[in-house]
Amino acid sequence: MSEQEQIKKTGHERSTSPATELTSDASKGEALKAELDSLLDEIDSVLEENAEDFVRNYVQKGGE
Amino acid sequence: MPIAKVLGIETEYGVAGGPDGDPITASTLVVNAYAQQSRTRVNWDFVDESPGRDARGRMGEGQLAPPIETHLANTVLTNGARLYVDHAHPEYSSPEVRTPREAVLYDLAGEQVMVRAMRAVNETLPSEMAVTLYKNNSDGKGNSYGTHENYLIERQLPFTSVVRAMVPHFISRAIICGAGKVGAETDEARGYGVPFQLSARAEFFEEVVGLETTLKRPIINTRDEPHSDPERFRRLHVINGDANMSQVATLVKVGSTSLLLAALEFYGPEIFPPVPQRPVSSFHAFARDLSLTATTATDAGSWSAANYQERLLEIAVRFTQEGDASVVAPPDQVEEILREWQILLEGVVNHRDAVCDRVDWLAKLRIVEGFRERHQTTQLDARLRAIDLQYHDIRPEKSLAQRVGLKAIFSADETNVAVSTPPATTRAYFRGTCVARFPDELVSANWDSLIFDVGKGPLRRVSMMDPLKGTADLTQGLLSSVDSVEHLVQLLSD
Repeated sequence: MSEQEQIKKTGHERSTSPATELTSDASKGEALKAELDSLLDEIDSVLEENAEDFVRNYVQKGGE
Repeated sequence: MPIAKVLGIETEYGVAGGPDGDPITASTLVVNAYAQQSRTRVNWDFVDESPGRDARGRMGEGQLAPPIETHLANTVLTNGARLYVDHAHPEYSSPEVRTPREAVLYDLAGEQVMVRAMRAVNETLPSEMAVTLYKNNSDGKGNSYGTHENYLIERQLPFTSVVRAMVPHFISRAIICGAGKVGAETDEARGYGVPFQLSARAEFFEEVVGLETTLKRPIINTRDEPHSDPERFRRLHVINGDANMSQVATLVKVGSTSLLLAALEFYGPEIFPPVPQRPVSSFHAFARDLSLTATTATDAGSWSAANYQERLLEIAVRFTQEGDASVVAPPDQVEEILREWQILLEGVVNHRDAVCDRVDWLAKLRIVEGFRERHQTTQLDARLRAIDLQYHDIRPEKSLAQRVGLKAIFSADETNVAVSTPPATTRAYFRGTCVARFPDELVSANWDSLIFDVGKGPLRRVSMMDPLKGTADLTQGLLSSVDSVEHLVQLLSD
């Protein structure tokens, strides 16, 4: 098992080898941020235009 | 001893639009459009409906049993499901299935049924009246509707044991299975000023045990309507969960609950973690606590929601080692449930980024927070509520859940098969196959019987009191050997 794999598996208990952890977290963090950015671009394009009306007009009767 | 955990999920969809803005009209059009499109004409038979029967053996004083609405659109599908109008919502009640994995598949089939129904009705309406459907649980203004789970349990298990054992699970499972919600709707929850909750439903619950589903909702519902042999079976009707968009969350929600019910039948309630002194306020507090650090007082110390789930997972694992978990699913599927349960639990506690693709509330929170940061909005911005609503929009071109990268268990092809084909291992097989084979002669159907018109003499009723009879194994040969309903009914009565 490589060091990196080990870090992934032990999750919150990773207190050893801070250097590797930082690199892996930083690149992982950047990838996540880029992914979220493109997702937010897409949300901006599909989100209902008049959010105020959209939300106000959504009224349901209780069910069950 | 544990019995087969036959289960199913019923979902009331939120509905907007329609010709007159009335949700009952829109819901009726949706159900009828699907029935016409799929040429399903089989009616629902109400003879065995008794939502007022209480598992505690009496009618609750001052409680109203829900009325049965026989005049609204109501039909049975070839996959064995029921599609109908419940109050002011279109509802899909999945066929009975034998495993949590199949429950996920037939829940997805329900989404697909609703997509097709919505398209069918919108073809008949001008665009400004288009109907849209949402797989969610509230309108953001205090009106809530349900996603209910049903589990077959043995009749001899005392109902008090169910309450004792299952309350800790039901108040804590939202940390992994919650759908998430922007803001709060009840006075109590609004008082805390929370910008986001991990459960959509929790704040609407007011009692620990009760018969109601619409007022004073209880964490444990006592409706005693087994839809099967009442001497042997009970159907536990679970109303406290959220509608999940994540397939993995649905799997863990019903898989964990099935395993714990089987463990309860095996061990009895004593090994389960202690019930909080105040279960309802604990359910609310856990749902508001995104840090997962809140604890609740019990007679045996303080417990957090994560503590509860850790202990419950241990009980489920122990049951799979000491008992017969095949009552829930085959070994590889039980292993999958336990693995995903563990991943979700560890993820929400320790590394949330890793489970944004499985936990609905985290997936939703991530885009809500991202949007807020990008647009410098306030917590009260209507666009954040719009994101919440649109997360559950079932239109593929609008659905945010379909855009956040949720992990899939089933493909679109597998789902499409389940839209029209019944599960093979319960009586839903016989029901669905008869709907497909004999649409003209099958007069009506319900969970535990079918009524046929054989052309002469009185209508003939075929009883299905055991959910594990009527399977493909037991009836495929019979069904392929007959050439008419008369023949089928004759062979069944011999």
